[in-house]
Amino acid sequence: MNRFDYVRPATVSEAVAAAGVPGSAYLAGGTNLLDLMKGGIVSPQRLIDVSRLPGLDRIEPLPDGGVRIGACVRNADLAYDPTVSKCFPAVAEALLSGASAQLRNAATVGGNLLQRTRCAYFYDPASACNKRQPGSGCDARGGENRLYAVLGWSQSCIATHPSDFCVPLAALDAMVEIEGQAGRREVALEDFHLLPGVTPERESVLAPGELVVAVRLPGAATRFATHARYLKLRERTSYAFAVVSAAACLHIEDEVIAEARLAFGGVAAKPWRARAAEAALAGVRPNVEGFRRAAEAALAEARPSGDNALKIELARRIAVRALALAAAGTPDHVPALPASPFAPIPGGAPHG
Amino acid sequence: MSLSITLMINGTQRTVDLDDPRVTLLDLLRERLDLTGTKKGCDRGQCGACTVLLDGRRINSCLALAVSQDGAEVLTIEGLTQGEALHPVQAAFIAHDAFQCGFCTPGQIMSAVGLIQEGWAADDPERVREGMSGNLCRCGAYRGITEAVVEAQRSLAQAERKEAA
Repeated sequence: MNRFDYVRPATVSEAVAAAGVPGSAYLAGGTNLLDLMKGGIVSPQRLIDVSRLPGLDRIEPLPDGGVRIGACVRNADLAYDPTVSKCFPAVAEALLSGASAQLRNAATVGGNLLQRTRCAYFYDPASACNKRQPGSGCDARGGENRLYAVLGWSQSCIATHPSDFCVPLAALDAMVEIEGQAGRREVALEDFHLLPGVTPERESVLAPGELVVAVRLPGAATRFATHARYLKLRERTSYAFAVVSAAACLHIEDEVIAEARLAFGGVAAKPWRARAAEAALAGVRPNVEGFRRAAEAALAEARPSGDNALKIELARRIAVRALALAAAGTPDHVPALPASPFAPIPGGAPHG
Repeated sequence: MSLSITLMINGTQRTVDLDDPRVTLLDLLRERLDLTGTKKGCDRGQCGACTVLLDGRRINSCLALAVSQDGAEVLTIEGLTQGEALHPVQAAFIAHDAFQCGFCTPGQIMSAVGLIQEGWAADDPERVREGMSGNLCRCGAYRGITEAVVEAQRSLAQAERKEAA
């Protein structure tokens, strides 16, 4: 790890001012940043410790029935918050399917949004990586790329965004509040992360020095609370990143889907909202045929970026299964294995 | 740049002058305070051997900068016993053969103490396995670990009920 200066500002405005110095990075939970620094993948000259800034550790109810989540709220505190697990159960299930209990106790909301890809070539300073060193090439293209992106990738970069939490956030129209030297602005979570194009080193809309201060879930998203699931396929039962995952949220009225939300994780450099699938589901009865048509629509643009065509079919099946689980109803408690595709679906299997 | 921090470690207040902000909580405990019960396994947050309780919550001490924890309370494996008496989780690990080489054991035990305090796994083995998935055991003592955590949870819950009665 490189040497760095350590700065602990007392307020958000002090933090934003301090981060205006080039070479600065914000430190919150540190669970991703320290790992990256130990590997020599990033080497900030100054760490601005925002972990104890006043006001960023609260979960506040909003007048519209939504919640405002401070950027320094820990993943575990958010997942076990009674309002969040009742009103936004897919968010709680996604959080609890990620990382380990130790990491969830330390990792923050803002840090989750801004965590870096787990691409092995990004993590290996001896490999070519356009994200780590722009213009150096991409060793993932000809490498072990079975788990890489199938949507939104480019010739420059085929890495995926690893967050579980961001997937239901994208589905539920979450907003990100951002503080910068020019003041406060907000961006839809769906527009927060950038696709790689020819600049894979640019991963979000944040300008240098800008700080995520909160994430808001709108009250309108509570209409999905009784039919909301997150489903995550992993290479082992627990403590692994998604091969593919999906958040499925249904608003069912008179046995018909009035409104549907679907988003994928592990398929692109950002959480992937599947609007075509949502349109295909609106107004139909919740059944397997409809879910299959929606899954086809969701993956219509998908293309393998290497030896990973399997992920397209896996994503379709995970979408169908997530929709079937959502239609069956949100369970009273988060299952023992959160988001596990191995749990039985009430009413039978959706494929086969 | 000298940075002075104060931590409450196993009930004792310790003030440390850090000459380098890179020191992790793990390295502070092991290299500067001679508390070597907390183990360094991967040093990258993947194995859980370095698990301690920070303000009552289990974390990976390898991914926590010491300087960022100024004012916090830390509980390590050395602070778990009451005099010579083993903590119920320690006793259950022995009773159920929940280790072989023992390297991951302090982290397993601190993680189990954290899990039992969190309260969501109760004595459901599936939830215990899920709740302990951040602690790897290369010897593969998982069966004994699960049994030990379930039993320790039951004995602590029973002791709590007796106290309440």
